[in-house]
Amino acid sequence: MSEHATVSAPICAYTRLTREQMAARVARDIPEGAYVNLGIGLPTRVANYLPADREIFLHSENGLLGMGPAPAPGSEDPELINAGKEPVTLLAGGSFFHHGDSFAMMRGGHLDICVLGAFQVSSGGDLANWHTGAPGAIPAVGGAMDLALGAKQVFVMMELLTKTGESKLVEQCSYPLTGIGCVDRVYSDLAVFDITPQAVVVREAVAGLSLDELRRLTGLPLQAGA
Amino acid sequence: MIDKTVASMDAALAGIHDGATIMIGGFGTAGQPTELIDALIAQGARDLTIVNNNAGNGEHGLAALLQARRVRKIICSFPRQADSQVFDALYRAGEIELELVPQGNLAARIEAAGAGLGAIFTPTGYGTLLAEGKETREINGRHYVLEYPIAADFALIKAQRGDRWGNLVYRKAARNFGPIMAMAARCTIAQVADIVPLGQLDPEVIITPGIFVQRVIALTSAVPQSEAA
Repeated sequence: MSEHATVSAPICAYTRLTREQMAARVARDIPEGAYVNLGIGLPTRVANYLPADREIFLHSENGLLGMGPAPAPGSEDPELINAGKEPVTLLAGGSFFHHGDSFAMMRGGHLDICVLGAFQVSSGGDLANWHTGAPGAIPAVGGAMDLALGAKQVFVMMELLTKTGESKLVEQCSYPLTGIGCVDRVYSDLAVFDITPQAVVVREAVAGLSLDELRRLTGLPLQAGA
Repeated sequence: MIDKTVASMDAALAGIHDGATIMIGGFGTAGQPTELIDALIAQGARDLTIVNNNAGNGEHGLAALLQARRVRKIICSFPRQADSQVFDALYRAGEIELELVPQGNLAARIEAAGAGLGAIFTPTGYGTLLAEGKETREINGRHYVLEYPIAADFALIKAQRGDRWGNLVYRKAARNFGPIMAMAARCTIAQVADIVPLGQLDPEVIITPGIFVQRVIALTSAVPQSEAA
């Protein structure tokens, strides 16, 4: 399905956000001065939409704070990489540190926001993003479990539905968990949700998508935002 | 005069025995002590337990050590990568044991060994597959998993510069696991680009004090400049 697919339903028509639009949407909610870790994959794109006039500190688990954008072609340094092992730069004022300190920043609650991808998020804020549990799959966890529980706010960025139309926002995760009750907000291609102790609250939805239709798509008793 | 610098890879790796537990620094290939690993392959020790963040990339370095069938078990956080084909094949064939550890727990367990702690309570992994069967405790309303230190017989690490007392400074994000692995191994062997005369490393910026390092080998300018210079 193309990223621009228009979905038609009996009572409404709406357009999903592209992945770039999702990244821009997340970036809008990251305030100046925030210490932020962007997970590998889709969340990495958020960096491209952080406004230049806002000072935001990007952390990378492999020991960087003040991470900058990708270097110009030809200027890559194999010893200056991000968590996805892609070449990056360091901003003026940036710093390097070892893994013990890096994960103390994460586990110790020093990061303000982390943005993670997910296979599933439950209505109670459980996160599944490290392992499908499929037979023969080689498990790899990296820093996902530390990020999931360490940051002051955990944002998930994902498409709301799987390719076969199943909601990834679920009552109970069926994939192995990364963390319990750790997700605060979900930014999807159809809506933004707050996971609160009482309910999953729809903060906003794309134009033309009703609360009832979102309830139908997710099968969850979603509440309207204020 | 104390001189921890060694002139040859043979001297650097002397005493590494079959069945040893060896920490190897690096995050992917950044900070990976490739020359020490190549020398370890030539040295021949087998039945090794390796502690690393990953499980080898491509066909070189740690991947080559695995390919040479020297590794019985790997303790790591992120084995599966686009270029981890050597590990993937060994794992699927049941020819290597994997202990998968969340990355922060890997770091904390290494630090615990270096700091002489008996165990740690960590929140990471609580309620997940990776904490199954492990002791847990609720402390001030939060849930923790009991995890034990990871110590090693040897650590092979890469630094930018060292001196004959074993003081080290690193380069950029190649630092990663080096400083904490140096603390957790009985014998830490550092490969450096340069050995400088004692006193030339600014004491304010030394990252690994020499107490944690037993051997230093220079890859490029093997002959240190005169300390009197």
